[in-house]
Amino acid sequence: MEQLRVLLVDDESDFLETLVKRLRKRNVEVAGASSGEEALRVLREIPIDVVVLDVRMPGMDGIQVLREIKTINPLIQVIMLTGHASVEVAVEGMELGAFDYLMKPANLDELLYKIQDAYKAKTIQEQKIGRLRELERAGG
Amino acid sequence: MPVGHSSRVGLPLRPRRLLRAASCPALLVTHRQSPFRVCPASHLRSMGHGRELVDVTPRSPLYAGLQRKIIFLTLLVSFVPLVLLGGTLYWQFSRIYREKIDEQLRYRAATHGNAVDLFLSERTAFLSAIADTHSLEYMLQPGNLASLLEVMNLRVGGFVDLGVIASDGRHLAYVGPYHLEGLNYYDQPWFVQVMSRGLYISDVYMGYRQVPHSVIAVRHQEKGRIWILRATIDSDVFTKLVRGAQVGRTGDAYLVNGDRINQTAPRFSGEGAVLAQSRIDPSKFGEGTTVLAEPGPEGRNRLYAGVWLRNAKWLLVISQDPAEKMLGLSQARNLEIGIVIAGALAIIFTVILTTRLMVKKLVEADRAVCEMNAQLVQSDKLAAMGKMAASVAHEVNNPLAVISEKTGWALDLLEEEEFQQSKNLEEFRRSLRKIEEHVERARKVVHNMLGFARRMEPHTEDVDINQVIDQTISLLENYARTSNIDIQTHLASDLPIIASDQAQLQQVFLNLVSNAIDAIGNGGSIEVSTRQLDGNIYVNVKDDGPGMTPDMQKKIFEPFVTTKSGGKGTGLGLWVSLGIVEKMGGTITVESKVGKGSTFTVKLPIVVPEKK
Repeated sequence: MEQLRVLLVDDESDFLETLVKRLRKRNVEVAGASSGEEALRVLREIPIDVVVLDVRMPGMDGIQVLREIKTINPLIQVIMLTGHASVEVAVEGMELGAFDYLMKPANLDELLYKIQDAYKAKTIQEQKIGRLRELERAGG
Repeated sequence: MPVGHSSRVGLPLRPRRLLRAASCPALLVTHRQSPFRVCPASHLRSMGHGRELVDVTPRSPLYAGLQRKIIFLTLLVSFVPLVLLGGTLYWQFSRIYREKIDEQLRYRAATHGNAVDLFLSERTAFLSAIADTHSLEYMLQPGNLASLLEVMNLRVGGFVDLGVIASDGRHLAYVGPYHLEGLNYYDQPWFVQVMSRGLYISDVYMGYRQVPHSVIAVRHQEKGRIWILRATIDSDVFTKLVRGAQVGRTGDAYLVNGDRINQTAPRFSGEGAVLAQSRIDPSKFGEGTTVLAEPGPEGRNRLYAGVWLRNAKWLLVISQDPAEKMLGLSQARNLEIGIVIAGALAIIFTVILTTRLMVKKLVEADRAVCEMNAQLVQSDKLAAMGKMAASVAHEVNNPLAVISEKTGWALDLLEEEEFQQSKNLEEFRRSLRKIEEHVERARKVVHNMLGFARRMEPHTEDVDINQVIDQTISLLENYARTSNIDIQTHLASDLPIIASDQAQLQQVFLNLVSNAIDAIGNGGSIEVSTRQLDGNIYVNVKDDGPGMTPDMQKKIFEPFVTTKSGGKGTGLGLWVSLGIVEKMGGTITVESKVGKGSTFTVKLPIVVPEKK
């Protein structure tokens, strides 16, 4: 299996740093971004498979970032992190194509499991697309 | 589909419910707005403090005052026209009636006056005719005068005697019951009058004979000789003539001369005797027929009609007590008063009845408004608390997330080799695990608060009653512990999932359990049990607090009734709870004994969720 790359987006730097460190310790290749704008910049520079996105942030909020991500690459899977009663926002996110959501503070194992799930979903879709392309090419 | 996906991983949240709630915002809007539309602003203000008691019973001074005001005004506007109408009718009717009586009196006076006049004219004419057709010599022959008197009384009647008087006043001949021959009338005023005018009709007087009588005298001139034929008419004749006008019980009729002397005897002695001064002053009567109202002999007003005779200076007076004639009027008046009183009674009865009914309806409507306002206050309060809870939860949540991550990181690091050597490794690990445990606990609290924040919108979802009770108790556990209260649960494991509103049910149980905690005060136990029976789920909340009197038990489900002192309770909890449960088709009942504690039982019908 190819190494999966995760981008963590959260405005709370203590939370972000620690989670990045913990994921790295579990051999996940992970980058951190403390705002939506930064996250989009990172996404354009390095390939990312899964984004873990805080819904509530100053500046660009989670939903806006999610929309942008989906225009950059619809295959990137997004897991929403909701910290409060904005479950409605999470639901909205799901409708916009987010993979899933988690309540903060999240259990790390649960988060890892979800990330892997998302990654699997992404690879399956990529494979499907790859097969379609081959078929096209064969047909063409 | 993302929703299905999330439920697969078993998150504590229920996106399915949320989706449904979000899909019908219109419903939520009407729910929120409808009470505002029908509640007057003043009510909202007065209810704003929640505990301000509004006495919505018909006996409260507010409604009693209103009732009085309405009754007073309605009666006023009904009675004033009624009395005015009645009064006017009576006044008009009595005026017409009086006029009619006047008219009758006037007519009677005129006809009887005419009769007396006619009587006198006849007598005078007859006497003149006798004088003109007979010579003095014939008159003076004995027997002739007597036969003339006989003829006169035969033809016209009313004569008492007849006499012939010479121009020097000597009574030449006389026929009649008295012996007047030889008397000389030369000095009598009537003699002077008849000598100068030719005709004289005297007032009634006593004269020599001491019987009231009147004299008619005519002068005759025959071959240079002048003699006088004189006849006497008994006053009784006049009395009889006017008697015809003495109608009814009170009618009177008599003649009065210009000097106010009664010429005939009135029917009632109070009017004065014959030849005595009359009660009536003739100078008050003018030409034609005059009707006067004068105080009668009994002191009451009598009606007097007077007409002056043409032949003598006499006034025919006819009097009548109007009360007698007014009998018809007074009957009509009594009937009218009766009708007015009956109408008034009917109006009073109807007004009081309808006003009572109206005020009762008003009280009911006000009570409904008050209840609605109370509900509104409660939901406003809950909404405000929900908002606060949400913001607090959010503020607490972020630090919790950081603590959780930092602890996790620390635990991760403990796994590294260098730390494995530390003799305090286990201590560190246990401390960190404790931190994690308590973060988890705090997280639960926060999530419960978020659950509370969301409970404002009613919706139906799949509800596990046992789970709701567990959640509720976990919310209150700390509160109970500080009061040394032990909460035990005996939850039936076979309860079905029902379609209901979890948030509202949670509020109901929250109210019941926190009431139980408050009732116990300090030290005691609460038992919460569930069971299923006959298509219903029963939830018992039993405490060993002080219990309630039967009186109190009757009142506790009313709004603003609380046993909690010093404004601790709003008195709305149970009332709101009952409202919620009744809306779900269930009931809340209470059993309590003073000193033994209370048991609240919530009965909820099992509503099977729709298959999805």
